[in-house]
Amino acid sequence: MSGALIETEGLTRHYPAGEGVVAALQDVSVAVEPGAFVAAMGPSGSGKSTFLNLVGCLDRPTRGRYRLMGDDTAALSADRLAELRSRRLGFVFQSFNLLPRVDALGNVELPMIYRGVGRRARRDRAAQALAMVGLGERLHHRPSQLSGGQMQRVAIARALVNGPDLLLADEPTGALDSVTGLEIMALFQALNAAGVAILMVTHDAEVAAFATRTLRFRDGRLVSDTRHAPRDAAEALAAMRPGAQGIAA
Amino acid sequence: MTVYRPSLTATPSATPAAARILPPLPPTRPGMDLAEALRGALAALAANKLRAMLTALGIFIGVAAVIATVGVGAGAREQVLAQIRSLGSNLLVVTPGSFNMGGVRLGAGARQNLTWDDARVIERDLPAVEVAGAFIRSQQQLVAQNQNWPTFVQGIDPEYLVAHEWGLASGRFFTPEEAAGGRKVALLGATVAQNLFGDEDPVGRQVRIRTTPFEVVGVLASKGEGQGGWDQDDIVLIPFWTARRSIMGASRAWFRSVNAISVKVHEGEDMKLVEEQLRALFRQHHRVVANEPDTVNIRNLAEVAATRDASARTLSTLLAAVAAVSLLVGGIGVMNIMLVSVTERTREIGLRLAVGARRRDILWQFLLEAVTLALLGGAAGVAAGIGVSQLMSQWAGWPVLIQWDAVALAVGVSGLTGLFFGFWPARRAAMLDPIQALRSE
Repeated sequence: MSGALIETEGLTRHYPAGEGVVAALQDVSVAVEPGAFVAAMGPSGSGKSTFLNLVGCLDRPTRGRYRLMGDDTAALSADRLAELRSRRLGFVFQSFNLLPRVDALGNVELPMIYRGVGRRARRDRAAQALAMVGLGERLHHRPSQLSGGQMQRVAIARALVNGPDLLLADEPTGALDSVTGLEIMALFQALNAAGVAILMVTHDAEVAAFATRTLRFRDGRLVSDTRHAPRDAAEALAAMRPGAQGIAA
Repeated sequence: MTVYRPSLTATPSATPAAARILPPLPPTRPGMDLAEALRGALAALAANKLRAMLTALGIFIGVAAVIATVGVGAGAREQVLAQIRSLGSNLLVVTPGSFNMGGVRLGAGARQNLTWDDARVIERDLPAVEVAGAFIRSQQQLVAQNQNWPTFVQGIDPEYLVAHEWGLASGRFFTPEEAAGGRKVALLGATVAQNLFGDEDPVGRQVRIRTTPFEVVGVLASKGEGQGGWDQDDIVLIPFWTARRSIMGASRAWFRSVNAISVKVHEGEDMKLVEEQLRALFRQHHRVVANEPDTVNIRNLAEVAATRDASARTLSTLLAAVAAVSLLVGGIGVMNIMLVSVTERTREIGLRLAVGARRRDILWQFLLEAVTLALLGGAAGVAAGIGVSQLMSQWAGWPVLIQWDAVALAVGVSGLTGLFFGFWPARRAAMLDPIQALRSE
């Protein structure tokens, strides 16, 4: 067994569309090592989101194999897949997907409910996770009382709270202005430095530049796989906002 | 303004970031526990209070109607049963029949063809009969000290008391010797005792019936209202032969005639059969030829009361059916609103699936929400039903008896309604495709 975090072989996903089928993903074989920061890039319809959904165990491939930390997902039941999502994966979405009537703490607690964590332990850990993303002061704010960047931080805290091996992010900066987007990228880089592997889907090459490896998709196929030195988001942020250090403090 | 910690957002080198990652979770049993699911259900309902209340209204009305109607029905039945008990069970009453005199029908009781001796014949000839007690009655004015009171005076055989299962509140019955010897002893009904003696004990005191003084030997236990609302306690009982000799004198021809004979049948005997035997006995006794009408009337009082009980039961059944329809409509309301809720919360469901909820966790969440909604409606319905019952008993004077088994049943049925009508929406929620659910608006 290899030490890869994720490993796909000929991963293919077809969707029925009208009388034919749409090949959303064709024959993708790739391996990602633990602790990587990978960007999946491509225009819309390129298959990058389909790839993310398959890696996230939200979908099953039409053909091909996918191993998550050595587990062949094709053989697993729906409940086991749910358990994998619960234990190994964390999701961050473009539109945050926070529960509107629940405060930040409650939103972050959600994954632990399905993990069977007790009420008090859940509260404590959710508060820790929120402090970790810089929202220690806003535990009881509801999503409507938070800015976009803050909402995405809550979502990241939620994705991290079960201690996942892989953070999956679908256009995490897509709904944010550029400064806030940079802040989120800085957070991702810090998390990655702390050992969290990240697979991030984006159509924006500038965003992909913060990763250390970029997978380019086109028409459902993986067309290139490049490793590169990351752009430093914290530096970019400091360059854009000379006063950022003071504000951050 | 965004507020965050510089340790993670400034240069990663500022802090050893590895220290900032959460410690691993201790091993847990995956899955949502019931308390958590219940909290979630209540929170979801609280988020749409008005909608939840309107949805629960159907079940609320259904359950309230069940509780109230069953309460009223049970109260009416209890009243009827009490009447049957007060009339005496297994009781047949024989009264003289009607007859024609020159083409004019003279009505029931116009004949005086029943005699004291008939009671003895019945006891002797019909083994199914336990006792037969004859009586005569007339209205008289009673006087005691400075009080007086008009009431019915009944001359009775001691068997009459057995037949009507009439007990004593105080004192004693008259002895067979007193009965046979024509002694002037009396048993007062509760109403008469109250009117003549107030709160004093009448036992051992004297009352005058017309001008004849009687010794009160006992006070009868109260029987309350009889059928038709007359007061069964407004009565004085004296020995039959005393009545005949001292109060209701008659010529030699009518000396032994009686107004009626109360016949108590042994427990477990077929009342219909005994009634036929009685009829046959009197036809033979009075030498009635075939095709001529009976000379006596025989009434089964308990049966009359039971008929009323049956009609009360029919009414209850009808009302219960209405209530069941209301519950059904309420259940459909629950299903409707749960379907709306599932549609509204499609993204939330997708998210829950993404963060590790199993399909059965989603199923339970929505099912529990439906059941909680229905149960809350049911519980409020129980409270309202009991309240309405009490109001009816106070204002309309209807006897109401809260049936706790009906309450438990109503709550159980409302819970089941939620379960039944909540299942389909919950299943729809659980079967959603997480990717499409996350993408939905």
